[in-house]
Amino acid sequence: MSSLIQAKDLCVSRQGKNILENVFINIKEKDFITIIGPNGAGKSVLLECLMGTFMLDSGEIIKKNNLSIGYIPQNFNPDNSMPISVRRFLMLKKKFTLEELQNVSEETNISEILSKNLANLSGGELQKVLLARSLLSSPDLLILDEPAQNLDIKNQLNFYNLLDRIYKSREISILMVSHDLHMVMASTKQVVCLYHHICCSGEPQTVAKDPEFISLFGNDMAKMMSVYQHTHNHSHENLND
Amino acid sequence: MIESFLIKATVAGIGVAIISGVIGCFVVWRKMAYFGDSLAHSALLGVALGLVLGINTNLGTFIICSIFAILLIWLQQKKILATDTLLGILAHSALSIGMVTLSLLERSVDLHSYLFGDILAVTYFEIYLILFGGLIVLIFIYLNWSSFVLVTINEKLAKAEGLSILANQLLIMLLMTIVVAVSFRIVGLLLITSLLIIPAATARLLANSPEFMAIISSLLGIFAVIIGIYGSLYLDTPSGPSIVVSAVIIFITVSFISSCYKKN
Repeated sequence: MSSLIQAKDLCVSRQGKNILENVFINIKEKDFITIIGPNGAGKSVLLECLMGTFMLDSGEIIKKNNLSIGYIPQNFNPDNSMPISVRRFLMLKKKFTLEELQNVSEETNISEILSKNLANLSGGELQKVLLARSLLSSPDLLILDEPAQNLDIKNQLNFYNLLDRIYKSREISILMVSHDLHMVMASTKQVVCLYHHICCSGEPQTVAKDPEFISLFGNDMAKMMSVYQHTHNHSHENLND
Repeated sequence: MIESFLIKATVAGIGVAIISGVIGCFVVWRKMAYFGDSLAHSALLGVALGLVLGINTNLGTFIICSIFAILLIWLQQKKILATDTLLGILAHSALSIGMVTLSLLERSVDLHSYLFGDILAVTYFEIYLILFGGLIVLIFIYLNWSSFVLVTINEKLAKAEGLSILANQLLIMLLMTIVVAVSFRIVGLLLITSLLIIPAATARLLANSPEFMAIISSLLGIFAVIIGIYGSLYLDTPSGPSIVVSAVIIFITVSFISSCYKKN
């Protein structure tokens, strides 16, 4: 599988503090990687470095030629002082045909809300609109920064299901920062645990047993992950008896 | 030769209303009201600079306000003090230095007309300045409209999609500087923020797209300027404050009507 984007030995420090130390990450075609880590671990900075919007101190980023990246920022909170419809927002600085807009709207299930005001959307609707915007550039790689942070459980589940569908139907790569590991476990193939450096990475169940993971997140998180894995391995038919 | 001063005042006022209506939308969207106010305060130092160096006061204002904007962005990047603290320090030091300088000048200066504006005394030169400056502002806004709107909605998203936040921010601030520099003789330094904010805020109640909001804002500004000028003549009141009062009356009327409309 060929590599889309690769970070080699990234180092970033600001105001005397090391934000990223010797980070290596390689994102290949059809990868689904979730980055986890405590607050202030440098997760968002790593995403910005990969997109080329953050200055590195050392290290390098190697991108595939003509790599198209779709991005969903953290805490997207449109202000009500600007009246703008979802359709107009999707069109800002983007070039696409009406048909593409229609397809993406159907794919992300936002056809009904295209003429709504952006600031009046619910949290779940807003994340779908952002996803639609990122898909409009036909990305090879989606980068999402805590996309379901402000959603309730039901909307989180809907969002991750939608993301999983898009991942499978479009055969793209996804790199995501998320704390909802119990939610994304089913789809994510690889978990990278970041705390300035990469503590551990691998399949979710392997990461959950890693001592560094347990020391960062505590036993509860590790148990939660393994419990999920456990329930995932057998059927639930007998629960309904 | 009936009332040529009145025609001049009206033309100047309409020019100012159009550009301040458009740039005022960005002031409202980007929450730059305090920045606009500070810019206007610092303009007094620009007036002083203009008089001391013997250059045009509008040019002096433009130079000082541009330095002010760049200084502010530079200090903001340091992230040590909050923006409103920085603005407070910069604005009031510029205002005070300007006042001290003006008082040291050996000639008398009509401070009142700088602070509250004197649209009826507008000269042909000032009208050309407004039209020329206004044209530049409108062209830049037209060319960068989508970028400005996207940067205003979300900086991270705009940055990820390849826009330079600093360049856009700087350009918006410089355009605002031009607006302040060409229009402070109309409503005065102390009231210029109101001409930026009030029509735009009123337009927000009526518009459903950013473009429409900018257009309505300009139209409401024109309306306020015309009522203000003729009102001030009729009632013999100062022109700058009269324009602001008419803008406020329009704002209250529209708010009232739109809240009634929404209830039904």
